[in-house]
Amino acid sequence: MSRTRTPVVTGWFAGEGDDFRLLGTRCSACTSVFFPREDAFCRNPGCPGGELVEVPLSPRGRVWSYTDSRYRPPSPYVTDPELSWEPYTLIAVELESERIVVLGQAAPGITVADLTVGMEVVVVPGVLNEDAETTWTTWHWQPTGVAA
Amino acid sequence: MTGEVAVLGVGMHPWGKWGRGFVEYGVTAARTALADAGIDWRDIGSIVGADTVRGGYPGYVAGATFAKALGWQGARVASVYAACASGAQALNTARAQILAGLADVVLVVGADAAPKGFFRPAGGDRPDDPDWLRFRVLGATNPTYFGLYARRRMALYADTLEDFAQVKVKNAALGALNPHARYRKKVTAEEVAGSAVVADPLRLLDICATSDGGAAVVLSSMDFARRHGAAGPVRIRAVSTVTPSYPNTVLDLPDIATDSAAAVRPADGTFRASIARAAYEEAGIGPEDLSLAEVYDLSTALELQWYEDLGLCGEGEAVKLLREGATSLGGRIPVNVSGGLASFGEAVPAQAIAQVCELTWQLRGSAGDRQVAGARVGITANQGLFGHGSSVVAVR
Ligand SMILES: [Zn+2]
Repeated sequence: MSRTRTPVVTGWFAGEGDDFRLLGTRCSACTSVFFPREDAFCRNPGCPGGELVEVPLSPRGRVWSYTDSRYRPPSPYVTDPELSWEPYTLIAVELESERIVVLGQAAPGITVADLTVGMEVVVVPGVLNEDAETTWTTWHWQPTGVAA
Repeated sequence: MTGEVAVLGVGMHPWGKWGRGFVEYGVTAARTALADAGIDWRDIGSIVGADTVRGGYPGYVAGATFAKALGWQGARVASVYAACASGAQALNTARAQILAGLADVVLVVGADAAPKGFFRPAGGDRPDDPDWLRFRVLGATNPTYFGLYARRRMALYADTLEDFAQVKVKNAALGALNPHARYRKKVTAEEVAGSAVVADPLRLLDICATSDGGAAVVLSSMDFARRHGAAGPVRIRAVSTVTPSYPNTVLDLPDIATDSAAAVRPADGTFRASIARAAYEEAGIGPEDLSLAEVYDLSTALELQWYEDLGLCGEGEAVKLLREGATSLGGRIPVNVSGGLASFGEAVPAQAIAQVCELTWQLRGSAGDRQVAGARVGITANQGLFGHGSSVVAVR
């Protein structure tokens, strides 16, 4: 039986391959950008409030910092308790034009030893976990090979 | 400048893993604080509880829970929650009531019975809750955020793992002198280096545990203190409970991203620095006036960050301050002479109150082997997730 591919959160990212993007919203009045997306109200206290329009975020950014998770996180993170725990890497990435830092898991196989602060990374589609019916999709950060 | 309130009494239930309920820890701390103040519980006009989210409904209405356990006597009640900053909110609520003339003498209590392992979000599917999302989407536990901050300091300021370990060595040695601390033995840099990595680059001994504990403070008006015969009590001169300014550009728990600074220029200085600045302004003092500081060392690297956010040194200079011994007992500005979270572990709603207990003992000159000589002015600093500042200035 084939699984349905479903984003772990609706509306946070879209696209395939090179066209994959994180999706935020931008205020039409003050141009503030929000990720995770704000759809009801602009959070800039100096803004009278504008229409919030979906906008793709820059796919490339630079590593602000990074770490990993050497122990199994608690629920609602989904893991298979039957399998031994494989640490994964977390990267906080600064997007230059949006001037925002976005956290994400690194692509599988990337460890902290592969990273430095300032290194360029690109957002790529990834899989968070699978259950009987569903492949839950997410975003990953992948180094581009461009150094700090 | 805001008016002062007197600290008439303080009390704590020792931190640990005792396996009992939070109410028992809170009541023990409350009774100790009342005895220290020489006040009968029936003479307390108001009780403020710092809530715990881990004790079921009684935890959400902690003020009433403690009042009932102490014996209903009709006092005004309030219960407040602000994550790690809950204790400061409780103290500030009590202070506001006193300064507004709503109560003469107020009991503030916070206590927690901590779970084993990582803090985790409440159950159920809640895709609108950032705390639920960070676990579901990223598995981002609290230590992973501490790891991000630590790695950032290493990249920006060339802090080293050995520097981080020295914070633990300092705090463990002080905690060994504190009968209320959970961990009461010295730790070596080798032991820190030899402990398991939890969230690179931080190891188990770089990160604070979660603990059971309770702390309580009796506050009163200065007039009441005089009538009560308290000569020269410790006074609370400032309580900072500020929120961040948009755009908040430092990634904070439990957020997945910062605010964007593309449209609005960020304020000078970070949110954490603004917490201390508000406390200094309200107290009419500066960092140069401090005798000691109690800061929230959720990790060793975060203690260093607080040195800079409190203005004890310039940006990037925290390690220099540490290496000089300035923040050790006997140094220019001792930090976490209680032993800090490194020696206590975190009992969330009690912790900011416990910081004020330590300031009180230090300012009274009754801190025993860990006494800061001639302590006159102390500050606490702390930050509750979801944007809660917490800082208290006490003087004598
Ligand atoms: Zn706007």
